[in-house]
Amino acid sequence: MNAPARIPKAQFDFKPLALLAGVAALGLPLIGSPSTWVTLTVAGLAMGLIIFIIASGLTLVFGLMDVLNFGHGVFIAAGAFVATSVIAGMGGWAEAPGLWPNLGALFVAMLAAMAVAGALGFAFERLIVRPVYGQHLKQILITMGGMIVGEEIIKMIWGPQQQPLPLPTSLRGSFVFGDVAIEKYRVLAVAIGLLVFAVLLWVLGRTKIGLLIRAGVQDREMVESLGYRIRRLFVGVFVAGSALAGLGGVMWGLNQQIVSPQIGAQVNVLIFIVIIIGGLGSTLGCFVGALLMGLLANYIGFLAPKLALFTNIALMVAILLWRPQGLYPVKTV
Amino acid sequence: MSLLELRGVHTHIGAYHILHGVDLSVREGEVTMLLGRNGAGKTTTLRTIMGLWPASAGSVTFQGRTIQGLPTPDIAQAGIGYVPESMGIFGDLTVQENMLLAARSARRADEFDAKRLQWIFGLFPALQKFWLFPAGKLSGGQKQMLAVARAIVEPRALLLIDEPSKGLAPSIIQNLVRALRELKAQRCTVLLVEQNFSVARALGDRVAVMDNGRVVHAGEMAQLAEDEALQQRLLGLSLGAHQ
Repeated sequence: MNAPARIPKAQFDFKPLALLAGVAALGLPLIGSPSTWVTLTVAGLAMGLIIFIIASGLTLVFGLMDVLNFGHGVFIAAGAFVATSVIAGMGGWAEAPGLWPNLGALFVAMLAAMAVAGALGFAFERLIVRPVYGQHLKQILITMGGMIVGEEIIKMIWGPQQQPLPLPTSLRGSFVFGDVAIEKYRVLAVAIGLLVFAVLLWVLGRTKIGLLIRAGVQDREMVESLGYRIRRLFVGVFVAGSALAGLGGVMWGLNQQIVSPQIGAQVNVLIFIVIIIGGLGSTLGCFVGALLMGLLANYIGFLAPKLALFTNIALMVAILLWRPQGLYPVKTV
Repeated sequence: MSLLELRGVHTHIGAYHILHGVDLSVREGEVTMLLGRNGAGKTTTLRTIMGLWPASAGSVTFQGRTIQGLPTPDIAQAGIGYVPESMGIFGDLTVQENMLLAARSARRADEFDAKRLQWIFGLFPALQKFWLFPAGKLSGGQKQMLAVARAIVEPRALLLIDEPSKGLAPSIIQNLVRALRELKAQRCTVLLVEQNFSVARALGDRVAVMDNGRVVHAGEMAQLAEDEALQQRLLGLSLGAHQ
């Protein structure tokens, strides 16, 4: 059906994107050196996009079913630890001199991490989340408990020690352009992050499943009244979100090159800040919020390392003072 | 012939006992008005039929099949369209996307039943004008039109519509009544909750009046419209005061 000629234009809210660009632009004079600024900006974007991958599923889970899943970190940890085993098992490919075997090992590790985290998410939803729908306090307690149990299971399988997660040979080192050094892995992380964002936008914006998810985030009762089973949709989103968290866990672990059983709990705090400042249930808000966090963490870490610990909380306070419902609040009528 | 039958329906919401044995029949091809004061149980009756607040006792049958206890999506798929009092519009989605969700057989916008869509645009021209506009930006009247349009984008055996005229300007109400009359002319079966007696009189074939969670009167709309004493007793009003 073609749109008639006199349709009023809907206005997109560019202010959060302008804020993101403004933060990046402000970083340049404060940092002083353009080459350092480029390095920090790419590092910030990579960090932000990894956080986005992890948080995107969680924000949809909250938006769809009002579920506060504090156990999301267990999928991150599971993904990262599965990757340590896969990459260790494919040592020949990971340590080979060519790019393609290296990428092959990495993508097998990512797929395995997503499969395990997705399966874990399916079990987690059935056993832990489903009995406490609509009960926020119980959700917080039981999902945190689930994460503790998950951490202990990881310790049983892989041991309590930190595990190395080395980058494949071709992804070590940096691309150097004049004075600018950009780590190769961060370029890959940015590419994967943007790909995930593009796929999510396509699914949410161009498919009927995506339409149902966006509608369910706004009014799940009405979606059911139109004849759709929102719980099945929720399980699908929960599993997909868990798989994305597993992928994010691999990428976070590769960024650190080491993983510990507490990795999930460490990242959990960051992703909750991101989904709150983005607007609960908003994918675009989650994306912009994650990038803001990544950029600020890198800029402040360079300019005033002692302040770095407070950056995330300060960002959340500032955003919520500006927009109490987050950067892109989900509209309900 | 009754399309929908409620017999002795009780509904509890938490500790509150809202419906106290509702008996109600909706005949096929007719518009049945559900009237009553605020808090009489009209909205609860519609939500109970949809399974949103399940009945704690009694029976709800639709097309001869018991539907109480079924999940809401199954009840909707059985052929009941629901327009809630809140309208249930998805504000972040465009008008087109709202309609696409309601058209369960269409996966994409080009799979709408074009003839039916043109009929809907004839009923509600504003929806064509604002087709690609976010529904949250529409006026109250336009949202109500979208809510009704969404319920009829595919043929439904029964429409449940909850106070469509609430909060709307008189001129918008006239447009809405015109559209609902068109639905009536198409022999759509409708159970319509309404506080505005003029609207009820203009649309209703039959009427059920609720008070304190029970149906206290059921009969022909024309009979109630002509009997001011009955109106006064049941609704605390007379039609003359609303003309």
